[in-house]
Amino acid sequence: MKREVPLKVTIALIPLAIALCAFGIYRGEVAIVLAKAINICMECIGLG
Amino acid sequence: MDKNEQKAKAKKAAGLRKAVQAGWGILSNAYIKGFLPGDPVIYQGKLKQVCVPGMNCYSCPGALGSCPIGSMQAIFDNRNRGIGAYVVGYLAVIGLFVGRFICAWLCLFGLIQELLYKIPTPKLTVPEKIDKPLRYLKYVMLFVMVFLLPFFYRSKYGVGEPFFCKYICPVGTLEGGIPLVLLNSMMRGALGWLFRWKFLLLLLCIAASIFIYRPFCKYICPLGAFYGLFQKVSLIRMRVDKEKCVDCGVCAKTCKMNVDPHKTPNSNECIRCRECIHACPMHALSMNIGPGPVQLPEQEVRPAEEA
Ligand code: SF4
Ligand code: SF4
Ligand code: SF4
Repeated sequence: MKREVPLKVTIALIPLAIALCAFGIYRGEVAIVLAKAINICMECIGLG
Repeated sequence: MDKNEQKAKAKKAAGLRKAVQAGWGILSNAYIKGFLPGDPVIYQGKLKQVCVPGMNCYSCPGALGSCPIGSMQAIFDNRNRGIGAYVVGYLAVIGLFVGRFICAWLCLFGLIQELLYKIPTPKLTVPEKIDKPLRYLKYVMLFVMVFLLPFFYRSKYGVGEPFFCKYICPVGTLEGGIPLVLLNSMMRGALGWLFRWKFLLLLLCIAASIFIYRPFCKYICPLGAFYGLFQKVSLIRMRVDKEKCVDCGVCAKTCKMNVDPHKTPNSNECIRCRECIHACPMHALSMNIGPGPVQLPEQEVRPAEEA
């Protein structure tokens, strides 16, 4: 069996992922998500 | 524990999983007003700043949260070309904690496929030489239709497109398109080739789900592909106790995602439904935090081989 990824790698990656998410929030990406989600998406429903 | 007792326990566990899936599906689509006939309305509150962890169209009349795959594309195809850090980071956190666990427990479209598979018909096993390459299609969906095309393509007016949502996603057609079209005559008048194409894909997906277990999850879903990338590093992992395992293959036969958990317990394809854990007669499989299959040194003999 292949060697498994040590737990400390996982624990090191979690703050990196949180930082990436926080960076997106800082860049204003939450507003883009909200603006898209509160209007009916014509592409999603197959109309546009 | 005797065989019957184990079977009863497995049935109870499967029932619990269905209840969690259904409960989550209802909870995350509980905006009743959206389902009332009249002008199309969808929820417009602050909860939509956050993505639900599974596939759930944000244009579903009942949706209270955002769809992670739709949101990623919305950021990429935005005029300012977002880098998607918010959603990618958010999904990476989930993946790093639980891997594809969400697929078996908190995804409405996963549940819908499972229920379709319950329709009593002969079931189909896709031959390995078709199944194996087809599994890579979901990575193509993720990297091409969700990342690359929405990020790089711009029309002559400078507008990007959510390629996966627009041309492929049957979730949007089922949860958003059909209810909205049924509830509003104005929308019915606007149907064109795109709706017909997406409707055809949805029908194919529904038909395939009756005969094949979760075909969309196995071959198409970019979100399943994304979470799958974290299976081997996630905090929660499957573990095989090699001292207990007798290589009987019951787990592989149980697995409807066609994983062989005693050989590849943290396969990208495993949705962590735990059915194999309940089926293993030797109780050799478990789900734990971190790695560490209990392994015998090479020279040691397994109990079954001693017997
Ligand atoms: S693979 Fe996609 S559709 Fe299937 S359960 Fe996972 S997130 Fe949902
Ligand atoms: S069912 Fe249990 S004992 Fe049998 S092969 Fe799988 S892990 Fe090993
Ligand atoms: S390997 Fe086990 S937990 Fe994973 S999908 Fe198959 S039955 Fe479910």
